[in-house]
Amino acid sequence: MLPTQKTISPPSEDKRWKIVDGMMRRHGHEPYALIEVLHTVQETFGFLTDDALRYVATSLRVPYSRVYGVATFYHFFTMKPPGEHTCVVCTGTACYIKGAPVLLNAVQEAAGIKQGETTPDGKLSLLTARCLGSCGLAPAVVFDGQVAGKITTETIKKRVRTYLESETLAEGAHK
Amino acid sequence: MNQDDLTSIAAQTKQSENRYDHVIKVCVAAGCLSANSEQVKTQLESELKQRGLETCCKVKGVGCMGLCAAGPLVSADANELMFQGVTPADASAVIDSVVDKKPAPAAIVMDSQLDFFTGQKKIVLENSGEIDPERVEDYIAADGYEALFHCITKLKPLGVIEQVTKSGLRGRGGAGFPTGLKWTTVAKAQGARKYVICNADEGDPGAFMDRSVLESDPHRVLEGMAIAAYAVGASKGFIYCRAEYPLAVKRLRIAIRQAENNGLLGMNIGDTHFDFKIEVRLGAGAFVCGEETALIASIEGGRGTPRPRPPFPAQEGLWKSPTLINNVETFANIPPIIRRGGDWFASIGTDKSKGTKVFALAGRVNNTGLIEVPMGITLREIIFKLGGGIPEGRRFKAVQSGGPSGGCVPEQYLDIPVDYDSLASVGSIMGSGGMIVMDETSCMVDVAKFFMDFCMSESCGKCVPCRVGTTQMHNILERITQGEAGPQDLDLLTRLTSMVKAASLCGLGQTAPNPTLTTLRYFMDEYRAHIEEGRCPAGICHPAKVEAEVGA
Amino acid sequence: MNNTAIEICTLIIENHECGGRADQTILEVAEENGIFIPTLCRLSGLSNIGACRMCLVEVKGMNKLMPACVTKVQEGMVVTVNNERLAEHRRLALEMLFSERNHICSVCVTNGHCDLQFLAQKLGVNHITMPYIHPLMPVDASHPRFLADHNRCILCTRCVRVCQEVEGAHTWDIMGRGTKARVITDLNRPWGESESCTGCGKCVQVCPTGALSEKGQAAGEMLKRRTFLPYLSMMREVGK
Repeated sequence: MLPTQKTISPPSEDKRWKIVDGMMRRHGHEPYALIEVLHTVQETFGFLTDDALRYVATSLRVPYSRVYGVATFYHFFTMKPPGEHTCVVCTGTACYIKGAPVLLNAVQEAAGIKQGETTPDGKLSLLTARCLGSCGLAPAVVFDGQVAGKITTETIKKRVRTYLESETLAEGAHK
Repeated sequence: MNQDDLTSIAAQTKQSENRYDHVIKVCVAAGCLSANSEQVKTQLESELKQRGLETCCKVKGVGCMGLCAAGPLVSADANELMFQGVTPADASAVIDSVVDKKPAPAAIVMDSQLDFFTGQKKIVLENSGEIDPERVEDYIAADGYEALFHCITKLKPLGVIEQVTKSGLRGRGGAGFPTGLKWTTVAKAQGARKYVICNADEGDPGAFMDRSVLESDPHRVLEGMAIAAYAVGASKGFIYCRAEYPLAVKRLRIAIRQAENNGLLGMNIGDTHFDFKIEVRLGAGAFVCGEETALIASIEGGRGTPRPRPPFPAQEGLWKSPTLINNVETFANIPPIIRRGGDWFASIGTDKSKGTKVFALAGRVNNTGLIEVPMGITLREIIFKLGGGIPEGRRFKAVQSGGPSGGCVPEQYLDIPVDYDSLASVGSIMGSGGMIVMDETSCMVDVAKFFMDFCMSESCGKCVPCRVGTTQMHNILERITQGEAGPQDLDLLTRLTSMVKAASLCGLGQTAPNPTLTTLRYFMDEYRAHIEEGRCPAGICHPAKVEAEVGA
Repeated sequence: MNNTAIEICTLIIENHECGGRADQTILEVAEENGIFIPTLCRLSGLSNIGACRMCLVEVKGMNKLMPACVTKVQEGMVVTVNNERLAEHRRLALEMLFSERNHICSVCVTNGHCDLQFLAQKLGVNHITMPYIHPLMPVDASHPRFLADHNRCILCTRCVRVCQEVEGAHTWDIMGRGTKARVITDLNRPWGESESCTGCGKCVQVCPTGALSEKGQAAGEMLKRRTFLPYLSMMREVGK
């Protein structure tokens, strides 16, 4: 056995790594826990960094290329930091039939970004989902984690404008 | 826990509920939650308290009532009273109506005798909208875990399989493989370890049956899995659930913890030698992981790419051990089959498709939501009776069943019975139960392109026909919608569809051409209009672009 | 594997009566009997994945086409290797590969020694009936001795398998999915910076096309040396 286990330490002093360590311990540092651990990293830090991938790979004894392969195979994982606010337009069949492409265009116009992108000021990320399972409420959009149904072009534009004009998180946190 | 404990919990729970004159049920499944049903529930509770009615009237959060488009839904007095689109401000009107029998405002009253409700037959959804999904006692009071206890104390594993085989149940994930046969294969397979996996990776866009079952009645799925584990000789199970369903995951985890704490899962279940543990595994946004070998690769922590079968997972599955994989709805059918017998189940439905099927009705139809109907019902009944027809007096054009693997069924086939074989005979599939209705405002070439786009970006990229074929077919469909295609493109499209269907490695590729094939078969006039006349009959695409540019 | 006697099957492949062990694949038995079945992702000595779909054959009584490289023989099997339908599928599969990325033979280092080119010639694919997709892919020249040109990669994963199964380094894997998939080294870093690569070059030798090559070769000069593979397969047989 290589004396690898003892030398692996988290990429930074950040306390949040303890959550990731806990998840890996719960699975006995078995390689099969890779996806579960990547979920934890993304939940904790918001996205996957190279440092995080390296740390998880070494801790679980999974080759680097395999970790990267897994992280890019699943669309739920992202390696880009998300914006302050997120707007996820559902493009499932029911929403598509009921005008999701129009909503998507409206946001793209209002915010000047394409799907999968974040505004340069980091205010808003525009994403699409394959189906939220809220087809009864089509067309559905997720604003900052909250599902909203029967969305019109007006409501989505309004919401996007409030996000774009909102104070930045850093300033808001001081109040 | 043993049988006596189970009976006494059931009795106590029923008794404590019977103390109330009225039980007001508020839907807290994802659809209604996103329409603020949680606040409605809180408001109802505080209003009752204010009026000093909390001892005679109880508010209970329950699972999905089906008619998601009219949410938040509230019901009372054994569903005789139903309310729709309830806001927190309506709380006092609801209480007036329930307790004092004062008529509520017309806007929130819903007719509980709608065909949408009366036309259904509920087996899988029997507890949805009735019990609190976060309380195991509620499930036990609804005869929950009785089937499991019956199996482990009174039946041999083969006896369990016999009932399932007799029931004629076929896999509800889409392909319709006989469940009894699958269980027999896994039971017979040699292996020191065996696994049971519940496929809850409901990836079909436009389908939300499994989500609703998991959110409304999670214990039913656990019980079905435990019975399966006993029957095939497994002691470990996994539920592979989409990460896009956070509420379903949360409720599953609560249910597993409750079941473990009550000795309904874990070691020595029901004081027998039967052990069974269940873990939840999260998917991460890959449709292909609904394919069983890809799902296994994903649980093992790898890229979700399928591998050729045979060997089938029943012989060589998770960590090379014999593995039983069934879908959520399949497992949810198991407890009632055991409780009421395989013969009872086999008496429902058609000759070759037994029981009921849950459908997610969505798209251009008045009543969007979840329905459970007996197999053999016609598409017309589903869409025009239960679904209430097409809104705004528009004309029906097609219904798409089976998601990206299914086909578009035109009006001329609306009277075929809904079963595995009839749907296959018109080029579609039963699928997992998504049913999207389209009217004259939908362009069928555009719809075919939509599904091909889906398959293209969900293709894992392992085999050549699916990876390159879906891209080539998508590009052709896109050229047609943009008015840049010629007749030779249709020939190539036809060649590609038959090759990709026959030569792809897994079900994703083998069925990816289905929406295109059915629209080519039934709506060729629309393809021709785009290609030959530069015109989109539905006015969705802009096929005349090229000519416009030339003319400019 | 245990020492129980191995069952012998007789089967018919392309009208030839053949005999084979029950643990052999259709492809292995066909090769022993001198029957040609086209293959591309498969390389003897590496695991079989059934991904390129070139070796699909018809088996009587089965409604699906079976990949010969992973399908075990059975007593009484009747296998068809060549007919119009299979030929059309294989032709289209090759056309798909040629259309997917940039495969211009005349300027390629493996011109004349390329498995893809060989199959196209053998199966009579002399023109491509579908539009080219040809995305512009990167070329990685960071390694001191080797070159990776993703424009010529057909995603057969031979490099991934040889690196994992034979060299034991697992430097290569696939990132992304669908047509966006690409072979990568480590965390998608330049090959030359790879921490796990041993520089053994086996990936270059097993690569069927000019995607992986040795530096300093002109068009048509890159000959692939795969003599180490039969030896490895033999060792594996002994290991059984």
